[in-house]
Amino acid sequence: MEVFFSLAKVVVAFVIILQLTLILLWVERKGSALIQDRVGANRANLFGGLLPFNLGIVNTWMADPLKLFHKEDIVPADADRFLHWLAPFVGIVPLFLTFAVIPFGDVLKVGGFTIDLVAAPIPASVLFVLAMASLAVYGVVIGGWASNSRWAFLGGVRGTAQMISYELALGLAIVSVVLTYGSLDLQAIARAQGALMWGVVPAWGVFYQPVALVLLFIAGMAESKRAPFDLPEAESELVAGFFTEYSGSKQSVFMMADFVEVAIVAALVTTLFFGGWQVPWLGREGFHFPGGLDIALPSLVVTLLQIGSFLLKLFIFCWVQILVRWSLPRMRYDHLMAFGWKRLLPIGLVNLVVTAVFVLAFEGWTVR
Amino acid sequence: MEPYAALLASFALCAVVAAILVCASWILGPRNPTATKLEVFETGNPSSGSLRGIRFPVKFYLVAIFFVVFDVEVVFLYPWAVVLRQLGWAGLVEMAVFVAILGAGLAYVWKAGALEWD
Repeated sequence: MEVFFSLAKVVVAFVIILQLTLILLWVERKGSALIQDRVGANRANLFGGLLPFNLGIVNTWMADPLKLFHKEDIVPADADRFLHWLAPFVGIVPLFLTFAVIPFGDVLKVGGFTIDLVAAPIPASVLFVLAMASLAVYGVVIGGWASNSRWAFLGGVRGTAQMISYELALGLAIVSVVLTYGSLDLQAIARAQGALMWGVVPAWGVFYQPVALVLLFIAGMAESKRAPFDLPEAESELVAGFFTEYSGSKQSVFMMADFVEVAIVAALVTTLFFGGWQVPWLGREGFHFPGGLDIALPSLVVTLLQIGSFLLKLFIFCWVQILVRWSLPRMRYDHLMAFGWKRLLPIGLVNLVVTAVFVLAFEGWTVR
Repeated sequence: MEPYAALLASFALCAVVAAILVCASWILGPRNPTATKLEVFETGNPSSGSLRGIRFPVKFYLVAIFFVVFDVEVVFLYPWAVVLRQLGWAGLVEMAVFVAILGAGLAYVWKAGALEWD
C-alpha cells in the first residue's frame, strides 16, 4: 500500500509539471497577445470550422505538440549524431526530475496512512534542486556543440557562460534562506513558514529575506534563458541559438525545457519565500485566525486547500515571469555578465553575512 | 518506500517520457532528407566549413574558471548554514573570514579587469 502511494505521488508530481508546461505555452501565447494588443492563438477548431467558437486552450494543449511531432526530424550531415540526439534528452530530464522534491502539500490522511505530499522526500532537497539546475546546462552545451553550426555554437557558449554566472547568485540567495530556517529540506522549510510572527503575520520567507527573493527571481530568470536574458537563443542575432539545427519534437523539447525552468523558478520562489503550500492561518485541523476565531475543517478539505494554494502561487509567479519576458528588451551581453558578477554576486555575499549576524544576534528572529 | 527509491522511480518516469518526446518526430514524421536540407543553416550561404578547431573568445573560458572557483566556495556554505545555530559566534567569525577571502578574490578579479567584456 505504501509503495502504491509513493508511486502515485511520483506520477502526480510529474503530471503537475507536464500539464503546467502545456498550459503555460497557451498562457504565454495569449498573454503576449494581450500585451501586444492582438488576439493571439484563435484558430483551433474541429473539422474545418464545425464549431461556432474556437477551442482556445486546445490550440496549444493539443494542436501545437501534435503538429511539431509530425514534422521531419533533421540531423545535419556534419553533426555528431549521438550528441545531437542526446542534447534535448539531457536538457530536460534533470528539469523534470526537480519537481520530484518540491512539496505540493502538507500531508494527506487516508485510511490510517499519513502521506507526506512530496514525491521524493529526500532530506537535502535544496541541494538536489541546485544539482539538477546545474545539470540542465549540459543540454545547452551539447546541443550547441553537436550541431556543428556557427550559430548553434555561439548560442551554446553564450548560454553556458550566462547560466553558470547566474548560478552563483542563485546559490547565494538560497543559502540565505537555508540559514534563516536552518534546514536543507524544502518540506521542512515550507512547514516552518506556517508559524506566525507576533501571532499575526505568517512567517513567510519574503518577510525575512526580501533581498534574497529579488536575487533568486532575477538569477532564476537568467537561468531559464528567457527575455530579457535570452542571449543564448537571441533570434535576431543568432537565428535560434543553440537549437538552430533542431527540428520537430527535439526542438519542442528545448522549448519545453524553458517552460519547465519557468515553473521551477516559480516553485522555488513559492516554496522558499511564499510559504509553499501554506494558506495563511490554516493549520492541520482548520483555520486559526489571529482574533481567536477558529474554524474546524476536515483533513481532506485542508489538504485540498493547501494543494490549491500551492498551484495558485506557482501560477502567479509563472505569470509574473511571462509579464517580464514580454515587457523588457534583451540585455547586451557585456551588461548581462557585469550585472551577474558585479551586482548580484556582491549583494548576495553581503546579504548572507547580514543574515548570519541576524540569526545569531536575535535568537527569536526566526521560528524554527 | 525509501525516499531515494521514489526518486529513482521519478527518474525512470521522466527518462521514459523525455525519450518518447525526443523520438516522437523520428517515429511519426516524414523522412526524405536531401543534401540541401542536411546542410547547416548559414543564412542561405554555402557552409563555411566545419566547426572543429574554431576559435572563440577566451573570456568564456575565464568565466568558467571563475565559476568553478566561486561555486566550490559557495558549496562550503551549505553545511555551515544548517549548523550555524549550534556553532554560535565562533562559527560566524570563521565563515566571515572565509567570505572575506572570497570577497577579496572577487575584488582582485574585478580590479584585474577580468570581468570586463569588450
